[in-house]
Amino acid sequence: MRELPLSPLLTLLLLLGLAPALPGIANRTKSALTGRRGAPVLQLYWDLAKLWRKGVVYSRTTTLLFRLAPMVLLATAVLAGSLLPLDGRAALLSFPGDLVAFAGLLALGRFLLVLAAMDTGSSFEGMGASREATIAAFAEPALFLCFTVLVLATGRLQLSAMLGAPLLAAWGPAGPSLALGAASLFVVSLAEACRVPVDDPLTHLELTMVHEVMVLDHSGPDLALILYAGAVKLALFASLLLAIVLPRSAQSPLLAVGELLLGVLAVAALIGAVEAVMARWRLNRVPQLLVAASALSGFALILLLS
Amino acid sequence: MQPAHDLLLLLVVLTNFWVLGTTRLSATIRATALQGALLALLPVALYPGLSLHILGLAAGTFAVKAVLLPLLLSRAIREAAVRREIEPVIGFAPSLLLGAAAVALAFSIAPRLPLPELRSQLLVPVSLSTVVIGLLILTTRSKALIQVVGYLILENGIFVFGLSQVERVPFLVEVGVLLDIFVGVFIMGIVVFHINREFDSLDSARLTELRD
Repeated sequence: MRELPLSPLLTLLLLLGLAPALPGIANRTKSALTGRRGAPVLQLYWDLAKLWRKGVVYSRTTTLLFRLAPMVLLATAVLAGSLLPLDGRAALLSFPGDLVAFAGLLALGRFLLVLAAMDTGSSFEGMGASREATIAAFAEPALFLCFTVLVLATGRLQLSAMLGAPLLAAWGPAGPSLALGAASLFVVSLAEACRVPVDDPLTHLELTMVHEVMVLDHSGPDLALILYAGAVKLALFASLLLAIVLPRSAQSPLLAVGELLLGVLAVAALIGAVEAVMARWRLNRVPQLLVAASALSGFALILLLS
Repeated sequence: MQPAHDLLLLLVVLTNFWVLGTTRLSATIRATALQGALLALLPVALYPGLSLHILGLAAGTFAVKAVLLPLLLSRAIREAAVRREIEPVIGFAPSLLLGAAAVALAFSIAPRLPLPELRSQLLVPVSLSTVVIGLLILTTRSKALIQVVGYLILENGIFVFGLSQVERVPFLVEVGVLLDIFVGVFIMGIVVFHINREFDSLDSARLTELRD
């Protein structure tokens, strides 16, 4: 099956192209379930195109950091995507321990975004940055516990070696642990993608926004980069979740890619359904949710070790 | 795939986490009702012979733990008009972490206990962790009602442990245990009702104000 060396790259490009549709799908599902029509699915594409044509306004208090952050954010998200074996067989980049790099790259992007928010000197953005950092600090342990569960269940240290046949084999003996890990990862992806119980992407009140308030000062192409990076991050977590729940092993590449794209859309619809039945939680209860996610994957870990 | 009884035991632990993490009293009662139903299925899954003894045990457990006690507790909520646990002694996130630590401890201790051969490796660790989590809820929550829930969970842990020995323990003992809890919760219900009427609150910390 070596006839398609381009397959990882092509899959990544397809996923990157599809990414802006995911928030649209999530919002559309939410609207449909709550009896509204909602924005078009492709709304984010139009938004990105519109923002791309606009000029940029930089505040005089900002420094180079502020201009750098959107690019780094998108670059780290795409790089993290190249670590995932999207077609179920191979990733673009792969080395032992690359799952730590995956988490680290996403953390680096967020770190720069937080710094950029503080760079503006706006008190609102500082508040948003502090909230984002708090949530991230609680989401990270849960993510790493999930990864530990995956490593222990499959005995591999490489994302591309792990998410495929070994994981499929591990579902037999370690099924409950993997299911708990997947549930915990779903909560983490809600937090990472700034979706409802953690953060409401549709709110426009500075006091309640978390992610949105951090990017208030970004405009034009910079804002487009940030919005797009957010969509890419959602796509990455959706495909990681999909790879755990439905491990794809030896299929034809075409089938695997089709399954990936459909599955990612399904995860987005699932997120929309969650948003339809839940309200955003009070900020001081969000850590509780993420600690519960950590406890779930911690329990999965205990099951694997016992 | 895992045998059915192991999945049931895992779900029991998850309901424990649910009770630890939720603030609403009605949700904790729903969780204990679910846990009672799971416990009622457990003997049937563990001993698939469908003997009269096992079926009676399952039916009795379901009637008491999944129907009767939750109904009593929801009635107590309605009469006392309390909805949430506001100020636990230990917060919700730390108590979740403590619960996870209790589970880890139980799973590390259980294999070292000198017990006769068991139907499932998970029985003992799950029962130990349920007992500890019940104790945690019993001691760290301030509302008297959720302390009753903690007592129930504690007892559920003992019940799971008893299931491992069900072939050696006569039926009468099991029935006696069920009756004991029933009476216990009944008395607690009355006490809770009186605390509420006396102090207009279910906060057990205020019991220190009792004078004669």
